[in-house]
Amino acid sequence: MTQLQQTYPDPLSVNEVPIQQHFNKGEVTESSTPREPNLRPRMKSDRPSKETDEIKDPAVRIQDLSVWYGSKQAVGNVSLDIARNQITALIGPSGCGKSTLLRCINRMNELISGVRIEGQIEIDGEPLYIDGVDPVEVRRVIGMVFQRPNPFAKSIYDNVAFGARINGYQGDMDELVRQSLEQAALWDEVKDDLKGSGLALSGGQQQRLCIARAIAVQPEVILMDEPCSALDPIATQRIEDLMQELATSYTIVIVTHNMQQAARVSNRTAFMLAQEDLVGRLVEYGQTEQLFTSPSNKRTEDYITGRFG
Amino acid sequence: MSTTAVVNPGRPQRFGHRRSQQFTERVIAAVLFGCAAVTVLTTVGIVVILFSEGLSFFREIHPVDFLTGTRWTPASGNFGVLPLILGTLMIAVGASFISIPVGTLSAIFLAEYASPKVRSIIKPILEVLAGIPTIVYGFFALTFITPLLRDSWLPDVGIFNALSAMIVVGIMTVPMVSSISDDSLRAVPESLREAAYGVGATKFEVITRVTFPSALSGIVASYILAISRAVGETMAVTVAAGATPHLTLNPLESVQTMTAYIVQVTQGEAPHGTIEFRTIFAIAMTLFAMTMIMNLLSARIVSKFRERYE
Amino acid sequence: MSSPEQPTKRITSSQFRVRLRARHLTGTLFVALAMIGTTIGVVLLAVLLFEVARDGVRFLSLDFLNSFPSRKPELAGFKSALWGSIWLITFTALWAFPLGVGAAIYLEEYASKNRVTSLIQINVSNLASVPSIVFGLLGLQLFVRGTVGIGPDFGGFGRSVLAGSLTLALLILPVVIVAAQEAIKAVPSSTREASYGLGATRWQTIQHHVLPQALPGIMTGTILAIARAIGETAPLIVLGAFTFVAFTPSGVLDSFTAMPIQIYSWTSRPQADFQDLAASGILVLLFVLLTMNTIAVFLRHRFGHLTKN
Ligand SMILES: Nc1ncnc2c1ncn2[C@@H]1O[C@H](COP(=O)(O)OP(=O)(O)OP(=O)(O)O)[C@@H](O)[C@H]1O
Ligand SMILES: [Mg+2]
Repeated sequence: MTQLQQTYPDPLSVNEVPIQQHFNKGEVTESSTPREPNLRPRMKSDRPSKETDEIKDPAVRIQDLSVWYGSKQAVGNVSLDIARNQITALIGPSGCGKSTLLRCINRMNELISGVRIEGQIEIDGEPLYIDGVDPVEVRRVIGMVFQRPNPFAKSIYDNVAFGARINGYQGDMDELVRQSLEQAALWDEVKDDLKGSGLALSGGQQQRLCIARAIAVQPEVILMDEPCSALDPIATQRIEDLMQELATSYTIVIVTHNMQQAARVSNRTAFMLAQEDLVGRLVEYGQTEQLFTSPSNKRTEDYITGRFG
Repeated sequence: MSTTAVVNPGRPQRFGHRRSQQFTERVIAAVLFGCAAVTVLTTVGIVVILFSEGLSFFREIHPVDFLTGTRWTPASGNFGVLPLILGTLMIAVGASFISIPVGTLSAIFLAEYASPKVRSIIKPILEVLAGIPTIVYGFFALTFITPLLRDSWLPDVGIFNALSAMIVVGIMTVPMVSSISDDSLRAVPESLREAAYGVGATKFEVITRVTFPSALSGIVASYILAISRAVGETMAVTVAAGATPHLTLNPLESVQTMTAYIVQVTQGEAPHGTIEFRTIFAIAMTLFAMTMIMNLLSARIVSKFRERYE
Repeated sequence: MSSPEQPTKRITSSQFRVRLRARHLTGTLFVALAMIGTTIGVVLLAVLLFEVARDGVRFLSLDFLNSFPSRKPELAGFKSALWGSIWLITFTALWAFPLGVGAAIYLEEYASKNRVTSLIQINVSNLASVPSIVFGLLGLQLFVRGTVGIGPDFGGFGRSVLAGSLTLALLILPVVIVAAQEAIKAVPSSTREASYGLGATRWQTIQHHVLPQALPGIMTGTILAIARAIGETAPLIVLGAFTFVAFTPSGVLDSFTAMPIQIYSWTSRPQADFQDLAASGILVLLFVLLTMNTIAVFLRHRFGHLTKN
């Protein structure tokens, strides 16, 4: 019993310093002109890093990854180290394999029939693509937030508690639900209606509910596939603020089509591109600031200046 | 038309010449509406006929006596419909013990596990079960299931018994459950399954905790429809369960269902206009009401379900 | 790879793995159960067909198809039943097809979205699940005896092919309507717009463009509905179809028997020989049904692509 609790620790100990005062007001007008993000540097490169830009102790290490759908190759030989407790953005034109790459990180892509994956992905040095690693375990540690909010047709409470329940969470469920909703900056809006349906929320609230649901299983990495593309600017702002908060305790990888968003929220950015052979490859990867101000690759420059894509 | 041509010989009229066409159009629309109205008239016809004959039955036999009486021997003046209703419900419920688990498991297998190829083979096979005429199921019950029961576990079972009727009615309603439930399961958006996988659910957990509950209303509707179908089923139960209106819950005995009684009377020589003949309308009325309630209920559940995802 | 201060990862936790193994085992057992459930249906169908075939081959011959019923099993045949069914079904189709297609055209192309239309639509789907024996009583009063309600008889058509086919037509009408509606719905609206654009009236559009495209679908649905009518027994018994008929009909006002009636009559005889005769009759009936289904499937495949694009 105690062992199990250890395996799946109390949520309170995970995240000691949630700075959430400005979320807790829960007023939309407030959050549309937030104070907090303005206090932060626009581009987060606050972590000391060497000029060589080498990532020490990466949370996720993608090595020479190639993916095929049937006989068609979608991703070719991508190698990428993802820094711990930072936000990494994946950008690139439509169809370049961003979602594919992202879904490989928690082995979601195997759910599609006819997918073949070569290469290796490691989390904390442990390989994911070897015999004996159960994808269910992987997804438990690497959570995911999808493009369209997809709450279950259950109550808000049950949406959040779902993952914890199936994974045998032993602690105080009410507390976990509260904690997760608070972390997702949704608590104040829903605390009086936890029994209400998750589907009755607005799009932005639903997406935050999905984030709470992902947090509740206490992953180490959270993957987000265009989490704001179905949301209006105000809701987008809230999710972006939220990502900044979460980055203090989680490693976040986000796919986005919105270059400003990548510039605003991420520490590092990876630019992918599918050229004539339609195979998506990594073109450039580095500190967000550097990639956006002085890209080393011509195609990166063309893309971020809007010349194609 | 010809008059306009005379009045204005040089120039053909631009719009007026369409008038006869408009008339044709209107006649056609009326005829087509008539076709659609036939369906409404059919329902009206059923209701009028059942009620007029049924009510004249109830003028002689009090509805309370009819609905609460425990003996059904019209020849000697006992018109208690309970034995028939009990026989009907016993077979319908018994059948659902087969159709619901088998149909649900098949639906889950087809919707969630089977490859497209396996699915394209199994699904039509199950649907054949629904296309086989019910008299064939009656034959199967009488000549195969009942002898099989007798030779194996239940030597005391009668030639006519409720059990084999339950079994065959269960078999024939499997496709009803499986195909409607399969549709409901497949209508659950893929994004919900992904969401569950994303927090570390196994396939079994995704199905039992997310997919199945999301499809539940459609699945329940299929159960109701299957039971409604079993209540109205005639030939298989007539052949297999016999024509003895017992007030019993013993499935090894012969029972008579409402439908089987109607068959018995219409086959016999009960003269029209007698009270015995009118009984069948009273019973058909009861049957019609029972199935109609179940059908409306399931249609309601299904449309609720649609609202949720569309 | 992992840095020293990193604690043991949850992904390697043995406790979680033990639990997970149990979860997977449950899943495997469930797949097995689902497969068994699915197999039951398939096996039962096989057993049923095998049993009928085994009993039925004995009397199956050309003589069987060419003789009238008899008290002597060796001499008994299916001729009157087979021809009775052919007469019955021909006229059933003759009534149900135009009525059903007409109603479907009305509902799809003419009806506006109002209460009357939705009433008709609900009524159609309700009628489809009214027990067939109830239709038998309707036919008995309306067509056989010509009694509407308590009022005086207007004569009726007696226990004739006409009365039987009208009853069966009403019975399958909802099925034909729904199938035809589906087929008409599948015709793209661009077809209609093109036709209206050329100045065609509504009926001209339907006649020249919608119906030809929808026809294969309508035919498929109608054939399947008629196949259902061929196997219907209960309504015909209620109408008072004779079980012992030693002639074939030569007009719509002649009395008749039909395949399922004859099968029922043989089934209810105690002697084993008659049971075998019933099985032979079933084989003929199933063969007819199989043929009709094959034609329907063929139509769907042969012409399916025309309506899709
Ligand atoms: N399920 C699938 N089956 C077959 N091919 C697929 C599938 N999913 C993606 N692909 C192909 O793989 C390539 C990469 O797709 P992916 O969805 O990863 O791109 P993306 O960068 O996420 O694009 P977008 O920005 O539009 O979301 C595309 O060419 C796409 O057609
Ligand atoms: Mg994508």
